[in-house]
Amino acid sequence: MTQFIFLIIKAAIIFFFCVGLAAMLIWGERKFAGWMQSRVGPNYAGPAGVLQTFGDLAKLIRKEDVIPDTVDRLVFRMAPYILWVPAAVTMALIPFGPMDARIFSWSTDLVVARFDAGIVLFLAMGSLAVYGIVFAGWSSNSKWSLMGALRSGAQMISYELSMGLSLVGVMILAGSMNFVTIVDYQAGAFWHWNFIPQIVGFMIFFIASIAELNRTPFDLPEAEQELVAGFMTEYTGMRWGIFMFSEYVNMIVMSAIMATLFFGGWQAPFESWNVVPGFVWLIIKMMFFIFMYMWIRWTVPRYRYNQLMDIGWKVMFPLALANLAITALIVTVK
Amino acid sequence: MSAPVEEHVEQPVSRPTLEELKERKEKSRQRVREDAEVLTVSMGPHHPSTHGVFRVDLDLDGEVIVATRPEIGNLHRGMEKLAEYRTYHQVIPLTDRLHYVASFAQNEGFCEAVEKLMGIEAPPRARFIRSMGHEMCRIANHLLWLGIHIMDFGAITFQQICFREREYMMDLWEMLCGARLTHSFCRIGGVAKDIPDGFEEKMRAAIETIPIRLREYDRLIRNNRIFLKRAKGIGIFTSEDCAAWRITGPALRAAGVERDLRKNEPFAAYPELDFEVAVEYDADVYARYLVRMREMYESCKIIAQCLDRMPDGPVLAEDAFHVIPAKKDVMRSSAAMIQDFVHVFRGPQVPPGEVYKAVETPHGELAFYIVSDGGPKPQRLRISTPCYYHCQATPALFEGEMLADIVGIFGSVDVCLGSCDR
Repeated sequence: MTQFIFLIIKAAIIFFFCVGLAAMLIWGERKFAGWMQSRVGPNYAGPAGVLQTFGDLAKLIRKEDVIPDTVDRLVFRMAPYILWVPAAVTMALIPFGPMDARIFSWSTDLVVARFDAGIVLFLAMGSLAVYGIVFAGWSSNSKWSLMGALRSGAQMISYELSMGLSLVGVMILAGSMNFVTIVDYQAGAFWHWNFIPQIVGFMIFFIASIAELNRTPFDLPEAEQELVAGFMTEYTGMRWGIFMFSEYVNMIVMSAIMATLFFGGWQAPFESWNVVPGFVWLIIKMMFFIFMYMWIRWTVPRYRYNQLMDIGWKVMFPLALANLAITALIVTVK
Repeated sequence: MSAPVEEHVEQPVSRPTLEELKERKEKSRQRVREDAEVLTVSMGPHHPSTHGVFRVDLDLDGEVIVATRPEIGNLHRGMEKLAEYRTYHQVIPLTDRLHYVASFAQNEGFCEAVEKLMGIEAPPRARFIRSMGHEMCRIANHLLWLGIHIMDFGAITFQQICFREREYMMDLWEMLCGARLTHSFCRIGGVAKDIPDGFEEKMRAAIETIPIRLREYDRLIRNNRIFLKRAKGIGIFTSEDCAAWRITGPALRAAGVERDLRKNEPFAAYPELDFEVAVEYDADVYARYLVRMREMYESCKIIAQCLDRMPDGPVLAEDAFHVIPAKKDVMRSSAAMIQDFVHVFRGPQVPPGEVYKAVETPHGELAFYIVSDGGPKPQRLRISTPCYYHCQATPALFEGEMLADIVGIFGSVDVCLGSCDR
């Protein structure tokens, strides 16, 4: 019974952590873009504009919710949630600290779900998210939306493959698909972390994750300069807000996965630094990747559709296969 | 009156010949299938990257453009008709609104045409100020273009950075004539004012800073693999195509044709200035980028020369029949006051006849055709703007390209819809 209560509490904490961090990230990204572009960014709401997101949220909720006449209403309304619920689910797999941690007199695992097929679940949820975009594009009954959705479908399929393959290397090394086991495998200082033997896998995963997140240079589904707003063209008000929000939730999840699988999760870079609680290290690592995402987004132009496919199928997929083969060979020989 | 394009001369090995370019063009265009099932989308007028209110119907086969039908006129303000109801002096502010990014160049073009009709000439100092104004417009326009062009390919930050440098020119314009966008600075027979105190120092500082920043951008862009991948080899428009569709300006020079009205039909003080015409030979979007970058460097040099060689003297011609007097004289001499009164209430005396005059504006060749019946107002005014022809060429530019590229291609010929629709 205590464990069940703990589970509820942990799930609630993770959920609100995700939502709160996403809200901060929206502000953070705008501020960051401001610095990149030699301007100030949001600075009116609260100190340095931190409350900007909440102001925007209030505005978006109060806005008229326009649903065009010709849309498929059910699917149109469903799409935003399909996009962001899977992302939030994945967050349950991330361990935030050691197992059997003592909190006062109770002991609990600092992870919501100690799930043995963790990586598979993550990939499955990632594949589900594309339905959100495709549904949004299809049900909008607009040509721009449809094109965005089609691009997104093609893009996700070609990048999910190399993403999955790049994780197999980690699975082979750790001998498990459970996130907790993978983190335990990387115990010790930073030279035990997976990114050193799996540097190729990590690079592939990072690039594929940008494509999964639909961020520049792979933001073709919502390419503003070409497709107006891609799959979101017909959305207004809070529904549009949820799309935006889910982008940031997805970003948090992706960076958490990367930190967990390749950078030792909640482990400190040196064993003696483990006095600092594990979740602090995890958040620091996540922030680093989120910073990388933002940095890339505000710097580079976008790939063309056929170039994106070329990179996915002709460069990343063979590389991921080669990486997998070499990892398997080395592990077998050892 | 399509521009006479010179023979394509023998090029060294590195320069592609016309045949090679045509071959490349054929290759870069995705094959349009005969039995393609097309999806027609309407792009614009409120599409974010049609550079104004351009609308184009696109027939798409997947992402490949099968056919295009451009539609212009959403920004039509009847400028040519309006001009028939205004005296020659009053037409000058109208020309500002043609291309509001480089308005002085339009002012100057109109004044040149009227001066040619009247048979008067601006004093030397005014001509140097005019040349300087042209180059200031060129820098401001190309910087704006550069930011928007890179943004068309998806990099948003660049636009903001380019606006920062454009601000130098905007501030200088504000200093010179009080306006940042719609200058109305040119007058028939000269310019409105002499350059103010402190202007020269500020200008010299600006033209020292801008090339440094430009080199920085050049490094950023030329080392950017994604941009190179996107911009090289797309939107190829050979010198033949340019002649057929009357594409002028940087897009023509990027196709290897050394035609620049500043050299070919000199106006303002250009005969007395040394500068090079930037020419590239690949005729693609990247070549147009290179041409514009080199033009900005040249513009900085021209401005420096203008400041160095500018003679002293009046900035308005002394001609009571054609020139509106300077405001400071109006308040002091009765003759000037009468002259001012006549010009404001009746208009200048213009001999009957017709005139065609073209100038090189940042985006291409802008020409004014004026028919005068001897009255103070033009009987007919026709403006041949480069953007009109650039919009007209969109079917030839777009067909066989991919949807993602057409915004970049459209931007690379530099179109301003205000100038196109008039």
